[in-house]
Amino acid sequence: MLRFILSRLLSSAPTIFIVMTLSFFMIRLAPGGPFNLERPLQPEVMANLNAVYHLDQPVWKQYIFYLWNVLHGDFGPSFVYKDYTVSELILQALPYSLVLGAWALLIAVFGGIALGVYAALRQNSWADYLLMGISALGNTVPNFVIGPVLTLIFAVSLAWLPTGSWGNGDFRHLVLPIIVLSLPQLAVFARLTRGSMIEALRADHVRTARAYGLPARSVVGVHALRAGLMPVISYLGPVAASVLTGSIIVEQMFSLPGVGRYFVLGALNRDYTLVMGTVVLISVFIVVLNLIVDIIYAFVDPRIRHD
Amino acid sequence: MTYRISSRKVGKIFATTALAALLSSTAFAETVIRRGNGGEPQTLDQAKISIDIEGFIVRDLFEGLTVYDANGKVAPGVAESWTISDDGTVYTFKLRDNAKWSDGSPVVAGDFVYSMTRVLDPATAAGYATILYPIKGAEAFNTSKGQADALGLKAVDDKTLEITLERATPYFLQLMTHYTAIPVNKANIEKFGADFTKPGNLVSNGAYELTEYVANDHITAVKNPDYWDAANVKIDKVIYNPSEDQAAVARAFEAGELDVAYNFQADQRDFLTKKLGEDQVQASPALATYYYAFDTRKPPFDDVRVRKALSIAVDRDFLSEKVYGGTQLPSYTFVPPGMEGYTSPTPADVDKDQLDREDEAKELLKEAGYGEGGKPLKIDIRYNTNENHKKVAVAVADMWKALGAEVTIQNLDVKSHYAYLQEGGSFDVARAGWSADYADPENFLNLLVSTNKAFNYGHYSNPKFDELMKASYEEKDQAKRMAILAEAEALVLNEYPVTPFMNNANLWLVSRKVKGFSQNAVNEHLTKYLSIE
Repeated sequence: MLRFILSRLLSSAPTIFIVMTLSFFMIRLAPGGPFNLERPLQPEVMANLNAVYHLDQPVWKQYIFYLWNVLHGDFGPSFVYKDYTVSELILQALPYSLVLGAWALLIAVFGGIALGVYAALRQNSWADYLLMGISALGNTVPNFVIGPVLTLIFAVSLAWLPTGSWGNGDFRHLVLPIIVLSLPQLAVFARLTRGSMIEALRADHVRTARAYGLPARSVVGVHALRAGLMPVISYLGPVAASVLTGSIIVEQMFSLPGVGRYFVLGALNRDYTLVMGTVVLISVFIVVLNLIVDIIYAFVDPRIRHD
Repeated sequence: MTYRISSRKVGKIFATTALAALLSSTAFAETVIRRGNGGEPQTLDQAKISIDIEGFIVRDLFEGLTVYDANGKVAPGVAESWTISDDGTVYTFKLRDNAKWSDGSPVVAGDFVYSMTRVLDPATAAGYATILYPIKGAEAFNTSKGQADALGLKAVDDKTLEITLERATPYFLQLMTHYTAIPVNKANIEKFGADFTKPGNLVSNGAYELTEYVANDHITAVKNPDYWDAANVKIDKVIYNPSEDQAAVARAFEAGELDVAYNFQADQRDFLTKKLGEDQVQASPALATYYYAFDTRKPPFDDVRVRKALSIAVDRDFLSEKVYGGTQLPSYTFVPPGMEGYTSPTPADVDKDQLDREDEAKELLKEAGYGEGGKPLKIDIRYNTNENHKKVAVAVADMWKALGAEVTIQNLDVKSHYAYLQEGGSFDVARAGWSADYADPENFLNLLVSTNKAFNYGHYSNPKFDELMKASYEEKDQAKRMAILAEAEALVLNEYPVTPFMNNANLWLVSRKVKGFSQNAVNEHLTKYLSIE
């Protein structure tokens, strides 16, 4: 297993390198640069800025310069948030996103699986229809609608919760963002679980288990659920990567200090170094989480072995 | 696994913040104001800031030679008085004896020499260095053609600063309120380098000092006891909310989580007014113009008649009312109203009914050979992506279609849009906007000088106009200078290189609890003028 993990990590290095290279050149294809503002700068000033940030060099030189720095752990200064380096920006924001994302993921996964199993066991009952109806809604109503509606109800009208901001890190501040972040994923997990559970409940080994007279809890909880969880687990990797690295919509709406908005702001501001930083971040997350998913596979499904 | 990580982190954040809450609550009953800042500063380094939302914070933390008072008029800041030489080129500022940095050291003339030299140093790459170009030798130094010691900045003694200008600059005291003219602390920068703006490091000389900065969450500043006018500063602590989500900010204001908030959605004005009351929803004219520029280099837009026709056919009232809910005011002049000592010339067709204006527009197009029976008139409108700009473009396209033009519209994100225009890209009609750096008509009219490569998008070129602008710089008598500028604007209003649509408004939500907040065109509302009941 250890060998498997090591070889997977090693083989992911080229992947990240290719992603970095492609992003480096693609962001430079976008028209305009970090210093093209709505109110344009004088050409002399622009020249000074380009010189300070090495943007007056040929792109290949900038690329080599950048790679050299990254190899030394330096992701460069942000071109737009000028008082900070990219590493500072991302490392300051990441813990907030991780806390938020972890809660959201937890609720989405366990809530989703529980609802999905329940619905599968009562297939075609009113409870099933109700749950699946709600989850379809959760999945289709975008979070920029759910968020403001919940805020209007619970923060503005009832004044039970704050409208936003991390505040003291008080859990009251996190309730709404976590709900908004987890709801769409919870809906997906519920539907996925329901579908695969229905299939699993009809599988031969589950029928056999039933025939042997095993208690219902063990039939459903062990034999059916194991098989039923496989699609859920495959979906978990990429979802975890995106949920844990934050969401610009949720962060903007609730004024939270997470890392998600840097993905969008970096690109819109042509903040080249910040874009690269976020690209590396998400690549690492995807690689690591997919690895974790593969390891979980091996535990859940004995047929899969990585040796 | 995820659960353990998260609970540990949550626990840590809980512990530290609970402690902080405990400490602050046991201190003393302090007056706190929570300000919706309208957006997140990209930097607090005065040499690098470029936008009002950064200025709001920096101006609370620092104080320049002159400042804007609560009514937006130039007032003494660190300089308690000044004298101007007869030819208007030498300004001698007398600094306050009791002006101090937040570390207790005195603010001296040398601090200003250091700070302005730093802004002008090409290695600093200050985006707004041009504001200081009127200072002697500034442009040469900033463009690496001159030396720092040739700058017209001189500390005569600790409390006397002498600034020599390249030429008389009648709006120089306005410029000294600008954030690029704010002093920074040399020892502070030498100690911390690029990290000097971070809380705990930053030494400032304004009414407040920075204590906390959490990106996209909050920025906190507390009253600076060393500030010379600290006795008159009524609010102990400012918490800036850097959210730029205007809907979220309005909700936070409504929930009582913000006391003042900059910017709300223009089309929400009526809705907000109904909910919050007229006194809490404020819109006042800003020194800013929303306009379209014509590419005067190519037909048919090189023809004044076509430009005029297109300009007068636009129903400004409609744009102002229907798109902006009255939060932008219809405008027919390029220089916005509200500049001290200046009145724009009245354009010829202002008082005419819109229907008559349309008829005249059709006549003009006919004369120029376009419109019904003439050559087809194809117009492409470019704008930077934004819901309101889109509505304006669609409405204007419709008004021009009524003249028989074929109109297409296209949008690019803001960077691409302006990069294209600044690089001299060819276009038909393009949206642009300008808001004043300083309250002087020169700041707008200068955009249309033929040598202004970066800002004169439409490449308007009229030697007469250039000459008038030149004359305005040489004129020392303020009233005469304003008359020359008005003459220059009259040319613009007759030749339509640009067609102004609206004056922007400054939009604020201001709680009834907040006193001392007065509307002003320069949109400066320093916390030190405010109080809370």
